[in-house]
Amino acid sequence: MSDKNVNTNIQKESSDSETQKPPLRGWGGFTSRFVPINIENIDTDQIIPARFLKATTKEDFGKNLFRDWRYYNDDESKTKADFPLNMSQFDGEILVAGKNFGCGSSREHAAWAILDYGFRVVVSSFFADIFKNNALNNGVLPVQVTDEFLQRIFLQDNNTELTVDLEKQTITINSTGEWERFEISSYKKTCLLNGYDDIDYLLSIKEDIEQFEIQRV
Amino acid sequence: MAKTLFEKIWEKHIVKTVDDGPSVLYIDKHFIHEVTSPQAFTGLNKRGLKVLRPKQTIATADHNVPTLNQHLPIKEELSRLQVEALKRNCQEHGIELYGLGHPFQGIVHVIGPELGITQPGMTIVCGDSHTSTHGAFGSIAFGIGTSEVEMVLATQCLLQSKPKLMRINVDGVLNNGVVSKDIVLYILSKITSSGATGYAVEFAGAAIRSLSMEARMTICNMSIEMGARCGLIAPDEITYTYLKGREFAPQDDAWEKKVTEWRQLYSDSDAVFDKEFFFKAEDIEPMITYGTNPGMGIAVTEKIPTTETVNENDSSGLSKSLSYMGLRQGTAIKGQKIDYVFIGSCTNSRIEDLRMVASFVKGKHKADDVEVWIVPGSKQVEAQAIEEGIDKIFEEAGFVLRQPGCSACLGMNEDKIPAGKYCISTSNRNFEGRQGAGARTLLASPLTAAAAAITGFVTDVRESLPNPSEGGALVS
Ligand code: SF4
Repeated sequence: MSDKNVNTNIQKESSDSETQKPPLRGWGGFTSRFVPINIENIDTDQIIPARFLKATTKEDFGKNLFRDWRYYNDDESKTKADFPLNMSQFDGEILVAGKNFGCGSSREHAAWAILDYGFRVVVSSFFADIFKNNALNNGVLPVQVTDEFLQRIFLQDNNTELTVDLEKQTITINSTGEWERFEISSYKKTCLLNGYDDIDYLLSIKEDIEQFEIQRV
Repeated sequence: MAKTLFEKIWEKHIVKTVDDGPSVLYIDKHFIHEVTSPQAFTGLNKRGLKVLRPKQTIATADHNVPTLNQHLPIKEELSRLQVEALKRNCQEHGIELYGLGHPFQGIVHVIGPELGITQPGMTIVCGDSHTSTHGAFGSIAFGIGTSEVEMVLATQCLLQSKPKLMRINVDGVLNNGVVSKDIVLYILSKITSSGATGYAVEFAGAAIRSLSMEARMTICNMSIEMGARCGLIAPDEITYTYLKGREFAPQDDAWEKKVTEWRQLYSDSDAVFDKEFFFKAEDIEPMITYGTNPGMGIAVTEKIPTTETVNENDSSGLSKSLSYMGLRQGTAIKGQKIDYVFIGSCTNSRIEDLRMVASFVKGKHKADDVEVWIVPGSKQVEAQAIEEGIDKIFEEAGFVLRQPGCSACLGMNEDKIPAGKYCISTSNRNFEGRQGAGARTLLASPLTAAAAAITGFVTDVRESLPNPSEGGALVS
């Protein structure tokens, strides 16, 4: 399976605004099959083991995503056949995982690896705080659903598509029509939809920050 | 209005609040290290930005440095490049670096407190989840990702939503042989590894108040293992006594003024928490983990849970965990063979930890087939240990005292536990592969780890402790 060759059906957003960074595609409603990893408490050491944190750039982490669950003895020719990333029937830009996803270390490399592999959305019934922030800061959308809805997704077959609509804040199982609303702060939503980030905002209020520094002494 | 400790600090650091969104939180101190900072500096350079307040950022090299022969160039190329990048970035941006060879070098969460940089009432961040350690001084301290490191470098601020508030009370008096690591492993075993996600946790109660600063740090350190945003303890005389006279602590008149301010830092008696837990110190025994998240802990005398008895959080993962660990449901953990003992990490590598281990092993010798690594948290801890002759005690016991760094806590340098081997470790995470691919980690206190080093098996340390009624209580 190639890392980025995914089956998607992205509806183009009609946008006429020019932003410095390419705005994230298709958040108005994007549809994809999904890769299920039905394991709880997946920590960032599993998402990207520490020995791969020695890079000084953000690129190329995708090949080491879930490294020790994908290969025997760290050998790329010895894939573990029963791990979903290695199963050809699973594909898509949506990763669906068990509850408490992304616990453990603060390494943003976990979000970089997920993005670089080709996922844009992670669905779980619970996310660790730091991971959630890191994902959002990199344009990966964490979609928190109820335990019941998560189990409904895991029951679907591998051809099922999910539709994630950030504007409406909904996730739908297309084959059954079941859907659920998810939470995201309106600030983060605006950031994602427009492709700008926290630094842009913080830089824009530099005077307030300097004023604060003067007042507190 | 009544306020919690967290709220008092939080409100003093809000620059402004985004409409219907997060708050802009001002950051007093920012620690950086070689692993999570390079991409932040690259981002900064790409935007053509300078570090806004370089004096408020402090750097050290800890995560991938070797713990033997630190005077030689780092052999492993990628590690060396990261450490060199840190040096270059610090020079370019005017940031103080306590790198290899510097007398202040060490694990970032050990050096901040020991240098007196960490102080009550501050906001402190670092690109490392165990930043929660610094909360032991009554500060808001939390781990951040690399994008956020870039934000703090550029603006000295972060966008944060106020977390929910939790208080965990531990009252009563600890049993002999039970130390602060056991308290936190016990709490974790009760509330699970996601029990505090979304919360800032204040630790309170008589048993917490009785702890030394270093013991308090061990508890706040592992608040992230409950999923907490941060952990904190109200400052008191123990805090001020610890801080006074340290390198970067306020001096003279400034000291008195600061202490007066710090005395306001406590949760008002009628302050409201979203959630509260109460535990009794007397219920806590020496603890150990059997699984692959830090919430999977039991008393050393207990049996490994079964699918029926395990808590709900870990029920679906129990079999997978135990098969990784090579352990069986319903069997005793005591007596489990150990191959390695690692005493170190930002959880338990301070001088009190080393003293505790030394006082236990003095005159004893390690089991033949066990390898024991003691990795001090900082150059200062190392120097102190040597000054007190602790290094000699270790040597006689067959332990190896290495040089400061994160070491086998996450196995980014050469210090890895081989696949399939059992390591009793004083660090904070027993995740699969954390100490090396296939390594099997059992988390425990320095005392329990030391006892296993001597016998070669998971041991109830109380069996080898002097009887307290004969005046032999070993440690607090
Ligand atoms: S000692 Fe371990 S937990 Fe602490 S900062 Fe280093 S790697 Fe992280």
